[in-house]
Amino acid sequence: MSAADLPPDDPGAADADPGHYHLRLYVAGQTAKSVAAMANLHRVCEQHLAGRYRIEVIDLLQNPKLAAGDQILAIPTLVRRLPAPLKRIIGDLSNTEKVLVGLDIRPRDAPV
Amino acid sequence: MPPEGLSSSIPATLPKAATGIAGFDEITLGGLPAGRPSLVCGAAGCGKTLFAATFLVNGATRFGEPGVFMSFEERAEDLAANVSSLGFDLDRLVAEGRLAIDHVRVERSEIEESGEYDLEGLFVRLGYAVDQIGARRVVLDTIETLFSGFSDPAILRAELRRLFGWIKERGLTAVITGERGEGQLTRQGLEEYVSDCVVLLDNRVEDQITTRRLRVVKYRGSAHGTNEYPFLIDHEGITVLPVTSTSLDRDASSEVVSSGVPGLDAMLRSGGFFRGSSILLSGVAGTGKTTLVSHFADAACRRGERCLSFVFEESAQEICRNARSVGLDLQQWIDAGLLRYEAARPSLYGLEMHLARMHRDLDRFGPDVVVVDPISAFRGPSVEVHAVLLRMMDLLKGRGVTALFTSLRNDGALTEGNDQGLSSLMDAWIKLDDVEANGERNRVLYLIKARGMSHSNQVREYRITDNGVELIAPYVGPEGVLTGTARLSQAAREQAGAARRRQEIERRRRDLLRRREALERQVEEMRAALRTEEEEARLLLDQDDRHEAALATDRVAVASRRGAAE
Repeated sequence: MSAADLPPDDPGAADADPGHYHLRLYVAGQTAKSVAAMANLHRVCEQHLAGRYRIEVIDLLQNPKLAAGDQILAIPTLVRRLPAPLKRIIGDLSNTEKVLVGLDIRPRDAPV
Repeated sequence: MPPEGLSSSIPATLPKAATGIAGFDEITLGGLPAGRPSLVCGAAGCGKTLFAATFLVNGATRFGEPGVFMSFEERAEDLAANVSSLGFDLDRLVAEGRLAIDHVRVERSEIEESGEYDLEGLFVRLGYAVDQIGARRVVLDTIETLFSGFSDPAILRAELRRLFGWIKERGLTAVITGERGEGQLTRQGLEEYVSDCVVLLDNRVEDQITTRRLRVVKYRGSAHGTNEYPFLIDHEGITVLPVTSTSLDRDASSEVVSSGVPGLDAMLRSGGFFRGSSILLSGVAGTGKTTLVSHFADAACRRGERCLSFVFEESAQEICRNARSVGLDLQQWIDAGLLRYEAARPSLYGLEMHLARMHRDLDRFGPDVVVVDPISAFRGPSVEVHAVLLRMMDLLKGRGVTALFTSLRNDGALTEGNDQGLSSLMDAWIKLDDVEANGERNRVLYLIKARGMSHSNQVREYRITDNGVELIAPYVGPEGVLTGTARLSQAAREQAGAARRRQEIERRRRDLLRRREALERQVEEMRAALRTEEEEARLLLDQDDRHEAALATDRVAVASRRGAAE
């Protein structure tokens, strides 16, 4: 699973769009946590960022040298590459609330 | 360490990975356990990172074992800059593929946790780096930083346990550093996981002088030195100084070297001290210790030997000037490269630093003769001073270096202490003293001991003259040893007495002669008188004879006339 899982919208114009999310999910093989993280991520994005996101999934077992670049320690790790600043969320993303806060989709203290 | 369940799986001779750290491999009888993680812990600034870096760099450069440095604190550039002061060129090693550095940055504020995770990423990174260069060694510095980056210590502990297991499985020799914690060796109790070998580094300040110390807390399956060993970090890396690196099995030379003072040599039957022996020269202030030492150095250089002097109270220039006043030209030996002075204030470094410096200077200069003037300058807890001096002697003896130590004794001290407890270790002990009598002080010298050779038991007076130290034949009288003017006046008295006795003999001889002459004259006179008497007697006898003859003739004539008339 080395290739990026591209979202349906136009990627070229999207990067310049401040509302566009470029997310990268690091996993190590098809573990239960990885699979759960992928499912959770897709669910959250579809619900909250429909049409405004791009997800890359990187399997470190196949591309181990990419781990150092994004300072990956924990697996799974979701990295928000865009918009800046860089954000990291670790875990299987089962806590949707924390994912939304972590991605700055929802302010930390805003009501649900 | 009592053997535990695990130890049964450890082979009889535990394979070890040399660290290349001078002294450490000696203490641990070979180095860290090969293929296992070892914990190096200590407070901030005690040299954990340098220890780890030295282990890696030496592995890469000297033992053909590439290594991975996983740094959780310093960036690769900072690390390279920091260890470059030790002469390590990390960038070159990285470029050559013998070293890999991975900086693991853990920023709590950037990380949001949502759900379950593990640290597989760390394994992937480490495994990748190890595979890239075929690493045999790994450093994790300081892995405890992770505890500040993740909120769930339970996960971390489980993952660390898995990591150390993984390191063992891969057969990697690893150094894991840990910050010293309250009541335990590391903050997070890493010693629970890394139980094969634990090394504790320490940095203590006593009397404003810092001493670094290292202790092997445990080493499962191996004997090791258990003491606290001082260690040193300087531009040549880490040096651990084993207390007793040399056992007592050195060669004993029976070659004799001169002390440079003929009178002193004469007090020893062999005419000098054994090469490789340690000589203690103790004396009160102003007894000429340094002057005697200068003689010793001069004599060594005169023999073409190399002499290294560690001086703590004077500069080389002062010593040369002072030696010149007693007719010794030390400058010529310095110029010739045979003599070197290493002058430093004792308080400049800690004791260990002094010792390490000596160690290095000995290695560099390779002297035949070493002077330490004075050992009493070392101040500090007496136990430490003693330990340092003991190692210093070991160091010198181990190299067969003849060593002369001076020691200042306090004036008026009755005991023979203040020699830092070293007198029993010394092969020879010369004591210089000041004898105060008749309003003057005179210097005397005596040999308390000289192992392996008979020596004079006399107290000798010596003088420091323009031509150096001169020993004077002793005057031991009924009132003890006489020195100075007392000796001189005694000598004068003796001389006068001798003169008187000579005159008396002369006079008696003359008397005898005179009497003999007188008697002979008398005999002559008596003989002459006898001769005169004899002459007179003979004359009288002749007259008598003639008279008798005349009478006879007369009687015949008378008779003939009477007969004719009848």
